[in-house]
Amino acid sequence: MKKTALSLSVLAALALGGASAQTTIKLATLSPLSGGQSDLGTQIRNGAQIAVNEYKAQFQQLGLTLQLAPYDDQADPATGTAQARKIASDRSILAVVGTLNSGVAIPSSAALQPSRVALVSPANTANQVTDRGLSNMNRIVARDDAQGPAGANFITGTLKASKVYIINDKTAYGEGLAREVEKALKAKNIQVVGNEGTEEKSDFSSIVAKIRLQRPDAIYFGGIYNQVGVFIKQLREAGITTPVVGGDGLDSSELATIAGAGANNIYFTTVAAPIEALPAARTFAANYQKTFNDTAQGFGAFGYDAAKVALQGILAAAKANGNKAPTRQQVEAAIRKGSFTGLLSGNVSFNSVGDRRSATLYVMNVEGGKYKLATSVPVRPTRQ
Amino acid sequence: MDLATLLPFIVNVIVGGLVLGFVYAIIALGYTMVYGVLQLINFAHSEVFVTGAVVGFEVFRVLAPNPMNGYLKLLIALVAAMIVSGLLNVLIERLAYRPLRNAPKLVPLITALGVSLILQDVLRIIEGFQGRFDLTYTLPPGFAGRFCAAESSCAGLGNFLRTIGVDLQLKDVILIVVSLLSLAVLNYLVNRTRLGKAIRAVAQDRVTAGLMGIDANRMISATFLIGGALGGISGVLFGMKFGTVNAYSGFDPGIISFTAAVLGGIGSIPGAVLGGLVLGVIQNLIGVTNVFGGLLGIANLEAIDASYQRIGAFIVLVLILIFKPTGLLGKSNVEKV
Repeated sequence: MKKTALSLSVLAALALGGASAQTTIKLATLSPLSGGQSDLGTQIRNGAQIAVNEYKAQFQQLGLTLQLAPYDDQADPATGTAQARKIASDRSILAVVGTLNSGVAIPSSAALQPSRVALVSPANTANQVTDRGLSNMNRIVARDDAQGPAGANFITGTLKASKVYIINDKTAYGEGLAREVEKALKAKNIQVVGNEGTEEKSDFSSIVAKIRLQRPDAIYFGGIYNQVGVFIKQLREAGITTPVVGGDGLDSSELATIAGAGANNIYFTTVAAPIEALPAARTFAANYQKTFNDTAQGFGAFGYDAAKVALQGILAAAKANGNKAPTRQQVEAAIRKGSFTGLLSGNVSFNSVGDRRSATLYVMNVEGGKYKLATSVPVRPTRQ
Repeated sequence: MDLATLLPFIVNVIVGGLVLGFVYAIIALGYTMVYGVLQLINFAHSEVFVTGAVVGFEVFRVLAPNPMNGYLKLLIALVAAMIVSGLLNVLIERLAYRPLRNAPKLVPLITALGVSLILQDVLRIIEGFQGRFDLTYTLPPGFAGRFCAAESSCAGLGNFLRTIGVDLQLKDVILIVVSLLSLAVLNYLVNRTRLGKAIRAVAQDRVTAGLMGIDANRMISATFLIGGALGGISGVLFGMKFGTVNAYSGFDPGIISFTAAVLGGIGSIPGAVLGGLVLGVIQNLIGVTNVFGGLLGIANLEAIDASYQRIGAFIVLVLILIFKPTGLLGKSNVEKV
């Protein structure tokens, strides 16, 4: 008995010694894990978790223990910024995958910049996210000034609308997108009946009345699925079948659930491809299903891709640093300058401000509550 | 744009505002009843109301595959929500307000806010365990359909509404009928029964009522029960009207309904109803101001879009409080010496 206790303590000491020889480094995620948009935010975290699981062995070979540190920003800029400060103070975090909302990304990346923590965003589309030229802010998705015109092109080209009603949700995301769409539509001489904002989450009766009066051929809503879904439900219940077009904020299976029987004639442009549209995504989807007992969606795949970009950046920086844990500054530079392969959404390299040199936008269609790919558009930022 | 298209639009905006106003009115009654008796603003009422909405969702969800009559389902949902919300409100009073009955006024106000936050998260946990966040009502078929869509199925009032261009859904009509019924029952309860008389006596002077043999605590519990039951009804109506609720849905309608109660004169039952209706209509009218601005060519009006509809309600409140501090139907409170 005494012998086993002794050998156990020896074993424990050995294990402890072994652990201390390892350096722990972390990849953080910053996305809404609670609240109205947690459906999307959880996808991002889960996608990143799968990437971390895949890369653990490679880091192990360098004597580095890799961990994921998920942070919850509740889709709120103030909470996100506070979490960013927490991330900055944890020296073992070398990079961040996040955020979901541009309104959160803008202050959070500014809070992380002084400590040179690099962000790779799987979702933020607002122009300002990279227009500020921060050294740490990168994104693998297309910008609003690509997404807005793509939505406008779809409205004029495919839907053949000549009169459009634009609504936005009064956030940095929704307003920015609505502005880009309005600009692109006006350039094509399409009549824009109005571009109005609403923060309302439940009662859209006055807007529905206005739409009935104005009879637009198409409605563009720059907003998030939990608001737009309720709007569409009420619109359809009022007997209006006009197509509703939106941005990637609609990219959630919850949209059809909330809109219920009205989940018809809805289109949205998204930077997150439907899993079926990504040839390489089958293994990922199966992996996701097995790990989380849930179906992978677009943002899960982009969370995975963003995490892979960050991890490949860290690996490259570690190799350049003599196979030791790199500094945050080295990681930041490695991500901005690197070129990343083996991703679901193709290869990635960033321009000087952190925009992807070429990206793809997808237009999805919701009909009878089912999502299918309508078309896809390649986009390139003006700055290369 | 000619008058023939504009008139039904204006009528619809006002009717839509009234429907919305009825939801606010029933919620406002919950605030006003408790205030009338305890001079306490029950800030947890918005969560009591959401609890009713959640109960309604669960009833509709469980009964959805059942082929029973839609109105029967609604009745079950309403009764279940009334019971749960009513009892919850009694419990809140017993645990959070009664021990503080003699504390300064500010103290129960703060516990009310605390209870409100606790309830939000409890609701979220309960639904979150089942993997739900936004609860989408599955209404019986036909409820979302148009009221009096076909000429043949209409008679009397329905036909009249149709000719003037009012577009209502069946659920809007149900909402108005249920609101009016609950109002009538409440009115009878408060003004015509012994219970109502006792509640009014406690509201007027708790100590003297006690000396007359009225158990003040029981009457206060009864008030909370009635207020909570009204909250339950309004929750189900809210869920039915707007389609989805989540644990945090109570804040906005709660604050507007509280405003409605103050606007009408807090403590006054007809005042709460009037306040709710006025706010509903004002909100919808402000939401469409830009249309009239566009027609009249006034750029300043054109800039007032739907994003201002909330602010409008509060501006009205401020104006009322400046010019008639007791609210529309409130009586001034003479301090007794």
